[in-house]
Amino acid sequence: MDPVSILLGGLASGMVLFIVSVGLSVTMGLMGFVNLAHGGFAMLGGYAIVLAMRHWGVGFLPALALAFVAVAALSVVLERLLYARLYRASELDQVLFTIGLVFVMTATVTVGVGPETQVVQLPEWLRGQTDLGFIKYRTYSLALIVSGTALVIVLWLGFERTRFGARIRAAVDNRRMAQSLGVDVGRLFAVTFAIGSGLAAVGGGLGAEILGLDPNYPLRYLVYFLIVVSVGGLGRVTGVFYAALLIGVLDFVLKIYFPKGGTVFIYVLALLLLLWRPQGLFGKRGA
Amino acid sequence: MRISKIWKYSLVAASLAAFAAAAPAQTVKVGVVLPYSGVGAEFAQQVDRGIQVFMKLNPKAFGPYKVELIKRDSKNPSGAEAKTAVQELIAQEKVDILTGFIYSPDAIASAPLATEAKKPMVIMNAGTAWITNLSPMISRVSFSMWHSGFAMGEASTKNLKAKTAVIGYTDYPPGKDSLDAFKRGFEATGGQVIDTIPMGGPGQVPDFTPFFQRAKGKKPDVFYVFVPSGDHAVAVMKTYNALGMRQAGIKLIGPGDLTPDYKLQGMGDDAVGLITIHHYNADLDNPQNKRFVEAWKKDYGPTATPDFMGVQGYDGMAAIAHAVVTLKGRLDPEKTLDALKGWKFNSPRGPIMIDPATRDIVMNEYLSEVVKSGGRLVQKNIGTINAVKDMCKELKEGRCK
Repeated sequence: MDPVSILLGGLASGMVLFIVSVGLSVTMGLMGFVNLAHGGFAMLGGYAIVLAMRHWGVGFLPALALAFVAVAALSVVLERLLYARLYRASELDQVLFTIGLVFVMTATVTVGVGPETQVVQLPEWLRGQTDLGFIKYRTYSLALIVSGTALVIVLWLGFERTRFGARIRAAVDNRRMAQSLGVDVGRLFAVTFAIGSGLAAVGGGLGAEILGLDPNYPLRYLVYFLIVVSVGGLGRVTGVFYAALLIGVLDFVLKIYFPKGGTVFIYVLALLLLLWRPQGLFGKRGA
Repeated sequence: MRISKIWKYSLVAASLAAFAAAAPAQTVKVGVVLPYSGVGAEFAQQVDRGIQVFMKLNPKAFGPYKVELIKRDSKNPSGAEAKTAVQELIAQEKVDILTGFIYSPDAIASAPLATEAKKPMVIMNAGTAWITNLSPMISRVSFSMWHSGFAMGEASTKNLKAKTAVIGYTDYPPGKDSLDAFKRGFEATGGQVIDTIPMGGPGQVPDFTPFFQRAKGKKPDVFYVFVPSGDHAVAVMKTYNALGMRQAGIKLIGPGDLTPDYKLQGMGDDAVGLITIHHYNADLDNPQNKRFVEAWKKDYGPTATPDFMGVQGYDGMAAIAHAVVTLKGRLDPEKTLDALKGWKFNSPRGPIMIDPATRDIVMNEYLSEVVKSGGRLVQKNIGTINAVKDMCKELKEGRCK
């Protein structure tokens, strides 16, 4: 088997992990809220894309943008009404609340749309194979690699290099101090939460080709999201990126050579990495 | 409260007295165990609808006897929830007969309970070959993995002229069954299996890319894939095409689980050319099937389609109706099994029979190719093998002895 296509496959599977988890690295990693409903927002995003494409004939890329906006808007409502009350609650309360929210979302989608899997119809230019000159490989995998890389650059610039990002980090580290310096923490958190949920929606849509999309999506992939974010280290978008790539590539290569191990590798890898660095690969010590 | 109860009893007594001379209105309790929620919810919906369509199309099938369906959710494929449900159906609901069972682990876990409590169990899906050997109370109206697997192995060498094969399978009992069945059929007719790849479990759809990449590297003539019908199948089609395996000259083949009728249109042109073998597809050309599909679409909408699980629900109900009528509404366990053994029926999938020796189904297998016709995908019949038995028990393979 040629190593290049194995590497590309591994990178693509890492990118899927990154794209679907990055929203969580914002809400849980940056804001410190144990948001187990992350997958719910991802699922809603996926459904928004599928339904918009099916009923309104919207193209794939506009549908992605639409899903981002729609889910972000919905999440602001939820954040103001529900999440905001639990920012200072115990982690257990946050867990119970967000898991409950997942059940509500799953049931709503099952009743409203049906239990069956939805297929995201990719545009022609994302299907089949692309000739890179030296190798032909799955177009969608290449697209995932490109979009994942673009996403991490944008997020890194946004959170590490802008005033907005600095405010968020300040507010998370010391809410009262940030407030007394004139930062409107409530609004800031609402916006950040909306971005995180919007990213989840985009992840749900982009990842659906590989991960599928149905009402059980949020719980099925919950473990994946949590693994990636915890291995990456809380509070670091770039950490999540590297963690996803590392796990994705290793998992892919192991599956090719030892398929008998099946789906176990990802858990074993996470376990070993966390034993080695409990704070995550790129987490701050003591964080 | 008291008075109304007395009223009720006297009414019951009166009606009993009135009908005693005619036929007593027996109510047969049927326990239906299906994964109504969770990964298998779509399968449960198929089987459940099959049951409903049977009741609707054949209102007189049960004669004067009343049938009450008591439905329980078996949730995930582990078998544990199904076992609890069966326990409750037997102990509390006092059902006369058990049916349903999508996943093999569900049927495997429930079999000892059926034996102990002497409750006949009509399996509407679970396809691991040796399940019927687990309890004398079991009969199966669905299939064994060997029905399609063995037949596909033979068809691959004979019809498709394949010499080498790679097998990819979902790693759980029916997957291993299908692997063994195909391998046996393929190698018996001169083919050679060059690699077998386990591809994760049934609980969730994996990313098939690494497994398919490995298969592609081996360059076989055919790539035989067994995965649970439904979402796994859709992902298989996508990955096969996205990795350019078709262009590499590798034919994707498998049992009809790869082409569930209700997913077929959603697979798009990716599925064209796919060759499968199965006991049912919605495009089968016979009057029973026309009637069945028509009734289905009338009730569940023009885009809804029955698939093999739908027809198994239909046939399972037909089998139960046969037992109820034969035994005049009293489902004595031994006599029920006697009534089911050798039962023949003109199903939408063609003629079927319960083999008296094995209590497993005997039916036709249809080799079909997905083609585009009139803007939609249809399964074109390219060969029929009549009256196929479960080859695992015929050949006394492994646990089928």
